[in-house]
Amino acid sequence: MAVTNRDQELVVTVSPHVRSDESTAKIMWTVTLSLLPAFAMSVYYFGPRAVYVTALSILGCLFSEWLVQKMAGREITLSDGSAFLTGLLLGMNMPSSVPFYIPLVSAFVAVAITKQLFGGLGYNIFNPALIGRAFALITWPRAMTTWFTPTAAFVAMDAKTTATPLGILKEEGMHKLLEVFGDKMTLYYQLLIGHRAGSLGETSVIAILIGAAFLLYKRYISLHIPLSFLATVAVLTWVFGGKEGLFTGDPIVHLLSGGLMLGAFYMATDYVTCPSVKTGQIIFGIGCGALTALIRLKAGYPEGVMFAILLMNCFTPLIDRNLKTKVFGARKEAAK
Amino acid sequence: MALLTFKGGVHPPENKELSAKAPIREAAPPKQAVIPLSQHIGAPCNCVVEVGQEVKKGQLIGEPTAFVSAPVHSSVSGKVVEITQIPNAMGRLVQAVVIDNDGKEEWAPLQDNPDYMNLSPEELKEKIKNAGIVGMGGATFPTHVKLSPPKEKPIDVVIINGAECEPYLTADHRLMVENPEQVIEGLKILMKILGVSKGYVGIENNKPDAIEKMTEAASKEPNIEVKALQVKYPQGAEKMLIKAIIDREVPAGGLPMDVGVVVQNVGTAVAIFEACRYGKPLIERIVTVTGRGVKEPGNLKARIGTPIRQLIDECGGFVDNPKKVILGGPMMGFAQFSLDVPVTKGTSGVLVLSETEYVSSEKYGPCIRCGRCIEACPMGLMPLMLSILSEKGFYEDTREYNIMDCFECGSCTYVCPSKRPIVHHIRLAKSLIKR
Repeated sequence: MAVTNRDQELVVTVSPHVRSDESTAKIMWTVTLSLLPAFAMSVYYFGPRAVYVTALSILGCLFSEWLVQKMAGREITLSDGSAFLTGLLLGMNMPSSVPFYIPLVSAFVAVAITKQLFGGLGYNIFNPALIGRAFALITWPRAMTTWFTPTAAFVAMDAKTTATPLGILKEEGMHKLLEVFGDKMTLYYQLLIGHRAGSLGETSVIAILIGAAFLLYKRYISLHIPLSFLATVAVLTWVFGGKEGLFTGDPIVHLLSGGLMLGAFYMATDYVTCPSVKTGQIIFGIGCGALTALIRLKAGYPEGVMFAILLMNCFTPLIDRNLKTKVFGARKEAAK
Repeated sequence: MALLTFKGGVHPPENKELSAKAPIREAAPPKQAVIPLSQHIGAPCNCVVEVGQEVKKGQLIGEPTAFVSAPVHSSVSGKVVEITQIPNAMGRLVQAVVIDNDGKEEWAPLQDNPDYMNLSPEELKEKIKNAGIVGMGGATFPTHVKLSPPKEKPIDVVIINGAECEPYLTADHRLMVENPEQVIEGLKILMKILGVSKGYVGIENNKPDAIEKMTEAASKEPNIEVKALQVKYPQGAEKMLIKAIIDREVPAGGLPMDVGVVVQNVGTAVAIFEACRYGKPLIERIVTVTGRGVKEPGNLKARIGTPIRQLIDECGGFVDNPKKVILGGPMMGFAQFSLDVPVTKGTSGVLVLSETEYVSSEKYGPCIRCGRCIEACPMGLMPLMLSILSEKGFYEDTREYNIMDCFECGSCTYVCPSKRPIVHHIRLAKSLIKR
């Protein structure tokens, strides 16, 4: 019997023998692509400096990834798009006014420290881009809160600075905000299209929503986290956000301001650092929303999305551990 | 009406068009049949023939040694030339009887029963047992055992599994199109044995001709219903099929009989009919020979013990150099290192993947916790955790994530964007865990 003769050319592996055409790189580059509208709007409002800051951030991230992987003897994975995406998000989370070294150093903190030193892609506890931004905000508080007026496009060198809507709301209140923008509808409209001071990629809500809709359509993200996040912020800012007592806050201003949309759709939904089970994701979203509202309304910073998401990142393993999926045919633990 | 289905699952490319229209044809009897004595789940058979002995087609060559076992018969007439050990489809060594075919096709005496529906349930069950019938969908569980549920587990529904959810495979499809009456007769026998008044046939909606033929064949049977199922893998898994058709959930760690159901594959139903009607033992089956690596994909009725090399030759041979040859479907089948491995009772297909269809699984990345595997898992498990824990050697901890409920359908691995060998990790942990 010659049954054991090996037919040379045949590959033997375990099942399954077919795979979907989805890949980590495809996901990362698609998410990057979906950020193009928001990036385009940042260039429109903030001019060449938007390209400059974002490019520095991306280069910093790519270099950091390469450096640590080289030093650690790991495979170089620049082509998977993960470091590029982190760089893009980090850049979009910075004011247009920052000096060159801030995006570079923050990129190193984001990718080298937060991601690679924790084990690389998939092993990081915190969202790398947000840690990079948090580091920058704490290290260079003034530079990170100096906002150019968005109309300063292409004349950024002698641009005027101004406060963000959330900053005005915090320091002076709703009446001042209306004074600056005109009436309420104008305010909402300007916030929606992104004609306001803020981080590069966060201002244009409509551009962010276009990208997010694409990701939802591609099923790369689901609504569990963004919806629970946004709904919680809306409810809490409506109930507690007004100066004239309960239920007098303006949730729409809060929804359209700051980094909320970018955070809810792009940062909180980061696969690695959010819970993997849908019920856990809803808890995570509610936690992000509650912390955001708490910081915006009661803490020293006008904006709280970044710290809220980073704090909830800490809870992700705990949430995943306690909210597992329901196993098919699981017996109810009936008390007899 | 909305199509019936279950929660989870995946949609791999079906690729059934390669062979779906090819009528079943007889493969040539092998010149030398290599018949393993263990082609089923359960105890291997004792060899009851000797080297040099003449045997007839259908003659018993291996007798069961336990209740959970199934006899093995010769698929050709001729002379036993060797009793040896061969690797089976999974690569494990099993005892096998090698018979040189004398070409006379002489049958051992068979008992004809034109009046089989008037036999008692016990007599029918005995015939099924003696014919060596096992689950022909691939699981190869001895059928008579499934038909002997304990008294405290009354059965009220029999389901014939015509889902054939594995991509590429069309053996059950062709059987339903060409022999629908025999499938229904097999189902009626099963219902009689189990004293059941309700029978279903579940068929995925990508086989409209099979649904039509089966519905027509069942039209005279008020107790039998043909149900169209959504096309989704693994719709043909017993638990998923039961959930889809009668909305009962087999308890974790349990069997279909725990919810009063017995499921049998289409091929098994036909084998049951043939055993009861003609006394014919299970010595041949329909095998889909397909894939872009074979010239003329088709559906062959092949004798048990036929080397797959012969079936591939009968389908025109290879196109260029094949990359992978799989017994079964691409989701749960077994890659082969030799073309001498014989067709057994559980061989539903011989899939030859060409260079273009082959996907390398050598390189994989870290888990990015995207959760696609959770969405895909029909059992509601968290494959990512099972994979990560197993990869790190924390085998015992996988229990916490219900590893034993995994039936290794491969949906998680199919969708994983990091191309992680999740099922492999799970199998490893299962085998190393303390029972």
